[in-house]
Amino acid sequence: MEQLISAEMQNGAMISLRNLRVSYGEREILHGINFDVMAGETLVILGGSGSGKSTLLRTLVGLEKPSSGEIWLKGKDIAKISPAEMDEIRRKIGMSFQGGALFGSMTVGENVALPLREHTKLEDSTIEIIVRLKLDQVGLAGFENYMPAQLSGGMKKRAAVARALAMDPEILFFDEPSAGLDPIIAAGVDQLILELKKAFHMTIIVVTHELASAFLIADRMVLIDKGNVVAIGSTAEMRSSTHPRVRQFLDRIAEPEVTQELDYLQMLTEITRPSR
Amino acid sequence: MELTTQIGGTVTDGLAYLGALANLGARAAYYTFVGPFRGKPLHLQRAISQAMQAGVRALPILSLITFFIGLILALQSAYELRKFGALNFVASAVAISMTRELGPLITAIVVIGRSGSAFAAEIGTMKVTEEIDALETMAIDPIHFLVTPKFLAMMVMLPCLTIWANFMGVLGGGLFGVAQAGFTWWRYIQASLDALFLRDIVTGLVKSVMFGVTITAVGCHEGLVTGAGAEQVGRSTTRAVVVSIFLVILVDLVFTALFFFMTER
Repeated sequence: MEQLISAEMQNGAMISLRNLRVSYGEREILHGINFDVMAGETLVILGGSGSGKSTLLRTLVGLEKPSSGEIWLKGKDIAKISPAEMDEIRRKIGMSFQGGALFGSMTVGENVALPLREHTKLEDSTIEIIVRLKLDQVGLAGFENYMPAQLSGGMKKRAAVARALAMDPEILFFDEPSAGLDPIIAAGVDQLILELKKAFHMTIIVVTHELASAFLIADRMVLIDKGNVVAIGSTAEMRSSTHPRVRQFLDRIAEPEVTQELDYLQMLTEITRPSR
Repeated sequence: MELTTQIGGTVTDGLAYLGALANLGARAAYYTFVGPFRGKPLHLQRAISQAMQAGVRALPILSLITFFIGLILALQSAYELRKFGALNFVASAVAISMTRELGPLITAIVVIGRSGSAFAAEIGTMKVTEEIDALETMAIDPIHFLVTPKFLAMMVMLPCLTIWANFMGVLGGGLFGVAQAGFTWWRYIQASLDALFLRDIVTGLVKSVMFGVTITAVGCHEGLVTGAGAEQVGRSTTRAVVVSIFLVILVDLVFTALFFFMTER
C-alpha cells in the first residue's frame, strides 16, 4: 500500500481517499468514498442537505474518525495515525467554519494570533505583523481590535479565513463559505477564495451547495449524494454530464413526491443524530 | 427482572459518568504537571482571569450569604443552648460548624451557581458554534486551552473563598453573640479561636479543594458533551448545576466520614 501511495503522491495527489466509510453509531453516512485531490487545485464538494458532504469535510480535517478506509494526507493515513502526528498535520491545514467559529471572548487580532502563539515561539511584535498581514489579505486591515460580535456575517467569514491562513497552510478547507450571506457579500467571499488560489497556489477544498459559487471557484467538482460519490470531474465535464443525479442537482429539479418524504425523514434523523 | 436491569443500567451510566469526569481531571492534571515540561506551557493568564471571575467576583455575594448563615447558626444553636444556660457556647458551635462543614459547603454551592453553570454555558456555546472544533483543527487541545486553566483557578480559589466564608460566618455568629449572649466582639472572636483546632480548618479546606475539582469537572464535562442547538446549552447548564450539587454533597459525605474515622482514636 505504501508503494502505491507514494506513486500517487508523485502523480500530484495531495489527499487520497480510499473506500472511506464513516458512521454515526449504527447509521453509516459515507458508504465508501474514493477520490484524489491534486496539489494546488480547488476542489468543490457539492451535495444536498444530508448528502454527507459536511461529514466528509469533518472527516478530512480529523474531527470524525472513519469506521473503515484510508485517508492519505501528506503521505500519512490520518485514519490510523497517533494524535501527536495528527496535530503535526493540522498545523499544515487551515479550516474556515460555516459560521466563522471565531472565539467570542477574543478580539479579531487575538483570534488570528492564537495558532501562532500556541505553536510558534515568535516574538509578540512579529506575531502582530503577521496578524496585520493576514487581515490585510482578507480585506480586513485595521480590524485587529474589533470583537467578533461587532463584525457582520461576511466580515466574520473573512476573519475566519485570516485565522485559517495564520500558519501558512498547504491545504485550506471551507465549510459552506457563502451560507447565510447575501449574494453580493457571498460573491466577495468567492472572490477572496479566487485571490488566495492565485496568490498562494494552495490546495483548496470547498464544501457547498451553492452552484453559482461552485462553478466560479472550482477546478474540479465532486458530487456527493446519500453518502456516495455520484460524479467527479472538471467544471466543463460536470456541465455536460448526462448522469441523471448530476442533471437533477445542476438543473435544480425537485425530487419526486415520495422520495422527497424519505429525504425529509432522512433530514430529520440527520438533525436528531446522537451527539458525539 | 425489569427493575434489576433498570438499576444495573443506572449504575453503569453513573459509573461511566464518573469515569468521564475522572478522565477529564486526569488530562487537566497532565497539562498542569507534565505538559509544561513537554513544551506545552500553562495558560497562566487565562487561569488568572478565571480566578478573578470565579473567585474575587464571588466575594460580595459569598460574604453576605455566609454572614447570614453564621447568624442563623447562632440563633439555632442558642435555641437549644439557652435551655442549659450555656449561651457562651454559641461561639464554639458556630465556629466548628462553619469551618468543618458549612463554610466549604456554602462556598461550593455559591460557586456552582456562579461558575459551574458558567463553565457549562461557555463551553457548551463554543461547542454549538463550532469553536471547540476550530480549536481542534488548529491542533489546540480544548482540555489544555479551556479546561486546565479552570481547574487551576478553582483549586486555588475555593480554599481561599472558604477561609473568607469561615471568617464571615464567625462574624455573623458574633452579631448574635454580642447582641444577645453578652460577648464583646473581641471576646467572641477569642472564644471562636479557642474552640477551633487546626484540624477543623484543614479538613474543611481539603474538602473545598475536592469541591473545586468536582464543580470544574462537571461544568466542563457538561459543556463538552453539549449537543447541537442553542437549547442544548440551557440543558447542559441546568445539568451542570444539579449534578454538581449532588456530587459535592456526595464528596462531602465521603470526606466527612473519612475524617471522622481517621480521628476516632
